[in-house]
Amino acid sequence: MKRVKGDEDACSSSSEGPTESCKKVRKVQPSKEEEEEETDVDLCEFGFDWALLPQEILLNIFQFLPLLDRAYASQVCRGWNQAFHMPELWRCFEFELNQPASSYLKATHPDLIKQIIKRHSNHLQYVSFKVDSSTESAEAACDILSQLVNCSLKTLGLISTARPSFMELPKSHFISALTVVFVNSKSLSSLKIDDTPVDDPSLKVLVANNSDTLRMLKMSSCPHVSPAGILCVADQCHGLRELALNYHLLSDELLLALSSEKHVHLEHLRIDVVSENPGQHFHTIKKSSWDAMVCHSPKFNLVMYFFLYEDEFGPFFREEVPITHLYFGRSVSKDVLGRVGLHCPRLVELVVCANGLRPLDEELIRIANRCTQLSAIGLGECEVSCSAFVEFVKMCGRRLSQLSIMEEVLIPDHKYNLDEIHWEVSKHLGRVWFPDMMPTW
Amino acid sequence: MVVNSVHWFRKGLRLHDNPALQEALNGADTVRCVYILDPWFAGSANVGINRWRFLLESLEDLDSSLRKLDSRLFVVRGQPANVFPSLFKEWNVTRLTFEYDSEPYGKERDGAIIKMAQEFGVETIVRNSHTLYNLDRIIEMNNCPPLAVKNHPIVEMNNGSPPLTFKRFQALVNRLELPMKPLPTITQEQMSSCRTKIADNHDEHYSVPSLEELGFKTQGLDPAVWKGGESEALERLNKHLDRKAWVASFERARINMCSLIASPTGLSPYLRFGCLSCRVFYYNLRELYMKLRKHCSPPLSLFGQLLWREFFYAAGTNNPNFDRMEGNPICVQIPWDHNPEALAKWAEGSTGFPWIDAIMTQLRQEGWIHHLARHAVACFLTRGDLWISWESGMRVFEELLLDADWSVNAGSWMWLSCSAFFQQFFHCYCPVGFGRRTDPSGDYIRRYIPKLKDYPNRYIYEPWRAPESVQKAANCIVGVDYPKPMINHAEGSRLNIERMKQVYQQLSHYRGLSLLASVPTIQEEAEPPPTDDSQASSSTCESPPHTSSAQSNTLKRGRPSEPQNTQTCTHTKHQHTSTAKGDQQQDQEQQQDQEQQQDQEQQQDQEQQQDQEQQQEQQQEQWEEQSEHQPVDLQ
Repeated sequence: MKRVKGDEDACSSSSEGPTESCKKVRKVQPSKEEEEEETDVDLCEFGFDWALLPQEILLNIFQFLPLLDRAYASQVCRGWNQAFHMPELWRCFEFELNQPASSYLKATHPDLIKQIIKRHSNHLQYVSFKVDSSTESAEAACDILSQLVNCSLKTLGLISTARPSFMELPKSHFISALTVVFVNSKSLSSLKIDDTPVDDPSLKVLVANNSDTLRMLKMSSCPHVSPAGILCVADQCHGLRELALNYHLLSDELLLALSSEKHVHLEHLRIDVVSENPGQHFHTIKKSSWDAMVCHSPKFNLVMYFFLYEDEFGPFFREEVPITHLYFGRSVSKDVLGRVGLHCPRLVELVVCANGLRPLDEELIRIANRCTQLSAIGLGECEVSCSAFVEFVKMCGRRLSQLSIMEEVLIPDHKYNLDEIHWEVSKHLGRVWFPDMMPTW
Repeated sequence: MVVNSVHWFRKGLRLHDNPALQEALNGADTVRCVYILDPWFAGSANVGINRWRFLLESLEDLDSSLRKLDSRLFVVRGQPANVFPSLFKEWNVTRLTFEYDSEPYGKERDGAIIKMAQEFGVETIVRNSHTLYNLDRIIEMNNCPPLAVKNHPIVEMNNGSPPLTFKRFQALVNRLELPMKPLPTITQEQMSSCRTKIADNHDEHYSVPSLEELGFKTQGLDPAVWKGGESEALERLNKHLDRKAWVASFERARINMCSLIASPTGLSPYLRFGCLSCRVFYYNLRELYMKLRKHCSPPLSLFGQLLWREFFYAAGTNNPNFDRMEGNPICVQIPWDHNPEALAKWAEGSTGFPWIDAIMTQLRQEGWIHHLARHAVACFLTRGDLWISWESGMRVFEELLLDADWSVNAGSWMWLSCSAFFQQFFHCYCPVGFGRRTDPSGDYIRRYIPKLKDYPNRYIYEPWRAPESVQKAANCIVGVDYPKPMINHAEGSRLNIERMKQVYQQLSHYRGLSLLASVPTIQEEAEPPPTDDSQASSSTCESPPHTSSAQSNTLKRGRPSEPQNTQTCTHTKHQHTSTAKGDQQQDQEQQQDQEQQQDQEQQQDQEQQQDQEQQQEQQQEQWEEQSEHQPVDLQ
């Protein structure tokens, strides 16, 4: 019944574009029978033989359709069914693995997964797994991974959408699934495996098989990797341009390896600095290592996210650091922000969630003064006097493309009240600006 | 012809500024004031004892005020749709009046009652008094082209979507005339002309029920911190204004320990139940300001809380799915976790973070918490720490919070969880630091968690960091007498900020390194300020900045406004914005419209969904392209 009548009474072209008519078909598919009849008549009137549509055009159209609609369309005729299975349409796939008990989102249907593994695993190139907080989902992802024996992936992403559920899997189970891909792909270029139990030996496998192609590796919070493990990657993968990891993996050796002659210019380095237990002591990185980095890759971006207690900042910002994007996830002292102003000349974006009880005035002025690249700043619970804030904006001027501060932390003073500050800041920015507001309720 | 009126109280539990009640009295021979509640339903409803107590006290107060006018309140047991037919017959009713309810559920219920009344030949009169402004009017204005272009033959884009930023909302309100002046209280004279005989056994049938009758156990119930009723509301209003006058400063007060505690001048529950008219509050504030500030027109910020309330009412009025993520066109779809145990810990106040636990305890005991305290617990539950859906939090507030109104509650939760009304998401309230900054002494904690009262200030916000000796000396061992923190906040916020970034980047199609630039541009914000500002502009102290509209359009968030239509409210395109709610006919039309509209909406929702899917697909397409051409793809 799904077959469009147009098959028999073939006629020449139609005035309507193929995409449009195709949409029409798609729309009525799930609806009632009568309507479908009507459309059949419609299509007949146009007298268009859908089966004659060249595969390339069909492919083009199919690329714009969501999977479900393509599946419906695939039931129309043999030609469309073939088109449905064209490799081009299966290069990119996102597996969504959610359990009804732990997620609000729908999951990729198990039958579809089976079909992909059976018919399209060798077509897959860009694959990501979105996994909810349940161990079952993480396990399901590993099951799929371990079946991708004849694939050659370029991109693999393992993304935990809620709690990091891969961490709850037995390490060996996870590793054996992941190494299947490492071993078989041989041309992995991007790998995102944050919050997983990946370890040093598995990274060795990755390097052994993909060292020529690997360009991006994101592995924040992988507790089983050691500084030596990541060093091995940096030593062998000279094409690596983007790297994300936790501070405990960062070492002088790593920076030197990344800035060796054989190595391409690094583009992004993202470091998360997270305190696992209060009062933790953090090691320092030599200024000379950072200098080597900047010298080798003058344009590289250093993104650092800090989630530390105020008293854990001791070793940081004592010397010049080439940070470009800086985020403080919790309260940070005036002293540290003062040091930021002194030692971060490449700073582009600064986000501070909170600071102590005293206003940030001098620190901001210093940052405006010294960080001449700064173009984005976000301040959460950071009290700033209105006049210092205006002064800051005036100094930075129009290069501040992002400026965000909560209204309630701006302290009115003798020069500006809250109404005036919005005009004053708008004037210096050259665009309409308002402080962020939160509902009073 | 005899006019027998029934005024149906729902919200608006007051005799002052009650236009629908005035209509009931107008030329009537008899008037009965009715409140309908279903005692069977009470126990099972998701409404806690404090809210019921507040309601019953408000009804008691209403009854006693009516007694002073030789009338009574009729509390009728049952469901409106079931009790009205018999009331209409029994009392020979010819006129039914009630206050307009803007919320989708209320509109539906009222539509059915109006239809029923018509079948019984009963005239219905509906009046707006729960909000300052006519919400439909605001929505209509939101969809009109700027005034300057209005005479231009270009059609109005009337697509019924509400303003989605507070700034936009304020700009619209600025263009509106002032809210309607409040009406005086019902007088003895008015009442005496339409006095209804009260039966001797009135109390047997129509008395205000007790909490016990509703199935609540009242043994050991603490006295109410917030006493319900119009009389209390008016007393508080006076105190509120006295304090404002005394302080003579209209700036928002800095939050401190005192602001966290329920204040005898707090008004929000009274506004919620309509014990206090928002217009009375509005005009009192306005007059006071003008008196103290030498006739200068007050800025909109003076009415902050009142306007936020309006903002959320407007956002919710045409959106039946406003209180959920699924099927809600303004809500960002976020892959929240399902975690009943964690949710229960939060709701019971046993998270192990004293700041969060104290707030939740205060909420449960007293039914009110400061708005910044709401921010703190809402952020903790959702995007800050636990990554649990705002819908769960909203339901807990619905049960416990006296001033939780459907629209305001859902809207605020969406706001605080960064699920709607695009804002910066980088800022998470720290469950330790925020409390400590607000009340360094920790006395607030000691008040609501007496177990921790002997902890030194240094550790009271993070008792798990106290050395064992300190814990012993304070007679409260963490992990034994008080729970350990349920989550490592540093780790949790690291994960969550990444997730929020992911969600927002998908919406904004932004793939750079900047966190701040991940937030999608809000197009409506980019609209130029109205050029014709003469009408009803109260902003004598202000003048618009001289930046051209084009500039504001492209520079708002530093990026050109990209095609961003996944989340803007498009689903109400077919809405007829009938503005009047006064007469019956229109109401009926409105209802028919609603029915049609629902069909259309459904259809459109489907379409929209398809569009969305398509867009996602396109996004993936882009993603694919990008991964082919560039190494950077797994943002």
